[in-house]
Amino acid sequence: MYHSAVYDEPLLSELSGNKREHYVKLSSLPPSLQRKTRVDIPDLDETQIVRHFFHLSQMNFGIDSGIYPLGSCTMKYNPKICEEISRWEQFASLHPYQHESTVQGALHVMYELEHILCEITGVDSFTLQPAAGAQGEFTGLLLTRAYHEYQKETGRTEVILPDTSHGTNPASAAMAGYTVVEIPSTKEGTVDLNMLEKALSEKTACFMLTNPNTLGIFEADILEIARLVHKAGALLYYDGANMNAIMGKARPGDMGFDIVHLNLHKTFSTPHGGGGPGAGPVGVKKFLERFLPVPRIVKQNDVYMFEYACPDSIGKIKAGYGNFSAILKAYVYILLMGGNGLQETSEVAVLNANYMKRKLVDSKHYTMPYCDHRKHEFVLSCEQLLNKKGIRALDVAKRLLDYGFHPPTVYFPLIVKEALMIEPTESESKKMLDIYIETLLKIAEEDPALVKNAPHQTPVKRIDEVGAVKTPIFTWDMLEKVKESGQA
Amino acid sequence: MQFIPNAPIKEEMLKEIGLESIDDLFSDIPKKIMTQHLALPPGISQQATEERMKEIGKTNQPFCALPSFLGGGTKPHYIPAVVKSILQRSEFYTAYTPYQPEASQGFLQAVFEYQSMIAELTGMDISNASLYDGATALGEAALMCSRVNRRKTFVIPKNISWEKKCVLTNYVKGAGIRIQEAPYHNDTGAIDVDTLRTTMSEDCAGVYLENPNYFGVFEEDVEEIQQIIHEKKSLFVVGVDPLSLGIVKSPGEYEADMVIGEGNSLGLPMDFGGSTLGMFACRNEFVRQIPGRLIGMTKDKDGKRAFCMTMQTREQHIRREKATSNICTNEGLCMLAATVYLSWLGGNGLRELSALNYERGQRLEQHISSIKGFEKVFSSPHFNEFVIRCADVRTLQEKLLQQGIQGGLLLDQWYHDLSNCMLFGVTEMHRDSDIKRLLSILQEGL
Repeated sequence: MYHSAVYDEPLLSELSGNKREHYVKLSSLPPSLQRKTRVDIPDLDETQIVRHFFHLSQMNFGIDSGIYPLGSCTMKYNPKICEEISRWEQFASLHPYQHESTVQGALHVMYELEHILCEITGVDSFTLQPAAGAQGEFTGLLLTRAYHEYQKETGRTEVILPDTSHGTNPASAAMAGYTVVEIPSTKEGTVDLNMLEKALSEKTACFMLTNPNTLGIFEADILEIARLVHKAGALLYYDGANMNAIMGKARPGDMGFDIVHLNLHKTFSTPHGGGGPGAGPVGVKKFLERFLPVPRIVKQNDVYMFEYACPDSIGKIKAGYGNFSAILKAYVYILLMGGNGLQETSEVAVLNANYMKRKLVDSKHYTMPYCDHRKHEFVLSCEQLLNKKGIRALDVAKRLLDYGFHPPTVYFPLIVKEALMIEPTESESKKMLDIYIETLLKIAEEDPALVKNAPHQTPVKRIDEVGAVKTPIFTWDMLEKVKESGQA
Repeated sequence: MQFIPNAPIKEEMLKEIGLESIDDLFSDIPKKIMTQHLALPPGISQQATEERMKEIGKTNQPFCALPSFLGGGTKPHYIPAVVKSILQRSEFYTAYTPYQPEASQGFLQAVFEYQSMIAELTGMDISNASLYDGATALGEAALMCSRVNRRKTFVIPKNISWEKKCVLTNYVKGAGIRIQEAPYHNDTGAIDVDTLRTTMSEDCAGVYLENPNYFGVFEEDVEEIQQIIHEKKSLFVVGVDPLSLGIVKSPGEYEADMVIGEGNSLGLPMDFGGSTLGMFACRNEFVRQIPGRLIGMTKDKDGKRAFCMTMQTREQHIRREKATSNICTNEGLCMLAATVYLSWLGGNGLRELSALNYERGQRLEQHISSIKGFEKVFSSPHFNEFVIRCADVRTLQEKLLQQGIQGGLLLDQWYHDLSNCMLFGVTEMHRDSDIKRLLSILQEGL
């Protein structure tokens, strides 16, 4: 059993330090501009602050705490050396507008990483600017729009995507001004070519696809998909969330994809940081290069430079050049792994997933809809457990917490009922996989009441999320108001 | 391989699940597109990697080696060891979005504290859990204005950075929102209120005002601007440098509807423009339209205080194409840095630091503009950035660089009416000796 540290840690606003009355007077700032009220953030001692955040950290689960097989998120080990190098002053203390001659090292890293990503994905040019996967998608769709406008094809208003796609795909498409057309998957869990052909038209701007898809299935018809999409005059977009499955095995560019985004915080091991900063570089085939965001990084006579004179560029999608610390960590990771190491990464990520899949499916407690062949992740259904014992995917997830493991992604993709989406990554040992498998099987046989009331070992028990919506409290101030009204 | 524990036992594992070779796992990939290997160098050891990175790092000149007086948003600030130390707690940095709140209470509570402090600083009711950066936060704000009032024009002043304008343009294109620009006064650097009044249409979804603006100047007519905007039933969006809010009025005090900003100044390294933090705060009535994650306080089933992600029906993982934004991964760890930083400063410390930055900005501007041939361009009061005009800025820039100083930002590349102008920035990080050196080189002339 897992034993998390449990603190009744007060809010910062509930702590109080020894007040130091030391209020700076400002003579030269016009009174009309001056803040009338003091900023109400408590003045605390450093000891108090360190203990506060230290306690909070101990009530948080990360990859260093234990296995974290969150499907589609590629929660692999984040090498410490990448962290350390990213904090070196030589990299961390650079201003984005410093003269190019004084940041050659930073530009070298970015230039090389762009070219390495081209080799891994089989496209011709990369931009590192997007801050996360979803922003990469958004960038890709802006490129799509720029391309069609350049071709004087302004009637392309639709983006097609399969029903297994990540939520960010339709959201990004909508944000870029496109109408979303969702097509159902086949009984095998892959793209339905007939449905795709029917959906494609002179109105289609692009087709967005994750390959392997979110069920972990490789879209084996990819060459035919590319042919159909291109025949309709549309572009083919690669969501790179699942790139960890195929490095050195197959390249999106060779499959016929025109635009590719990668998640450096997934495949290339930069930490997820509790939800960022990430990095979502976007790569394109030659014919789309002219539209990439500025600045581009160019190399002339061994000197790196920014190039802003790109008249067809979509401009900028983020201030600066991207989340540089993530870019740097990914570059260091790739140096460590090398081409051979990246290939082995994908081999073992897929092997680990298939090992778990075999053992869990054979156990009969969990079922796996759709075809058997999976890559780096697979999606189980808890439907049988629900029918027999009333145990839902959510209950299994919460019970896993009691054993000190992070649960898989639950209820995604939407086409699998009571879904558990498991992605062990290459970082876990066989022994760890075995323990996780055993635990999942054990939970299936446990007393349903125990499972349905889980977690029991965490700092808090199951949370009233409905209450959070009903009585919204987002700040210290709102808490005070709710207390005053007697609701808390 | 060092990070792949099962690499030595692949055969054994394959056998156990009835497969013969690794190739069996990839047999569904069409032969035509199978690759054999990646044309990349083989991996190297951790020690060799450090050495390689040291060599690469040598060709960079960080702030300690090359004092920089660049303005333009990013500036160096002191980062307390406490912030660095907490950020290295790997329970925080190796976690993902807190989808399982029971195992993520620590991070969730930290976000709640962040939301509280940003709301307090900006004078707004609520804040989200962060966006990518200040520029994308502006894009999201424009989209949100249009969602709230269904109007299709968004007004921005000409005294914002070209980058921000460019990002904004890309963000609103899909929604069909038209960008209209409001001019600024050439003498004060502040927005031209009369022109704003006459050009604002009935279709105006929102007006953006930056305070301090890109030229470092404080906008003094905020009350009047606020009235004009609200008379037209339009929304008032204000961009801030959070550090300035220790001393200047919060946008809430002049009735802003939304506040955005770049939070890099809150305990984050400059990171070549990389470690950004998009702040987004607003009035409570817009909560259902806010983009990004929102953390709420609630209870667990035993009645104990607990935190969780809330109002998720706004978000892409639930609402897909109907979501308020496509954002998923945000800037979690940068948000944590800001939270620790603000709590380390406290209300008093923030005011002190804010005042120090203001005063250093005033003093450096007075020193430079008292040198013959250098004049300050805008008369309005400013924070820690300001614009100076002098002859032949490019030659001066080179001369400074040769002597180991990075001068101000050249503005004429983006603002044609600001030829021979430099945007200077100064903070608590600049040593007196570096400032002296800068001034003496300027005094020498070209």
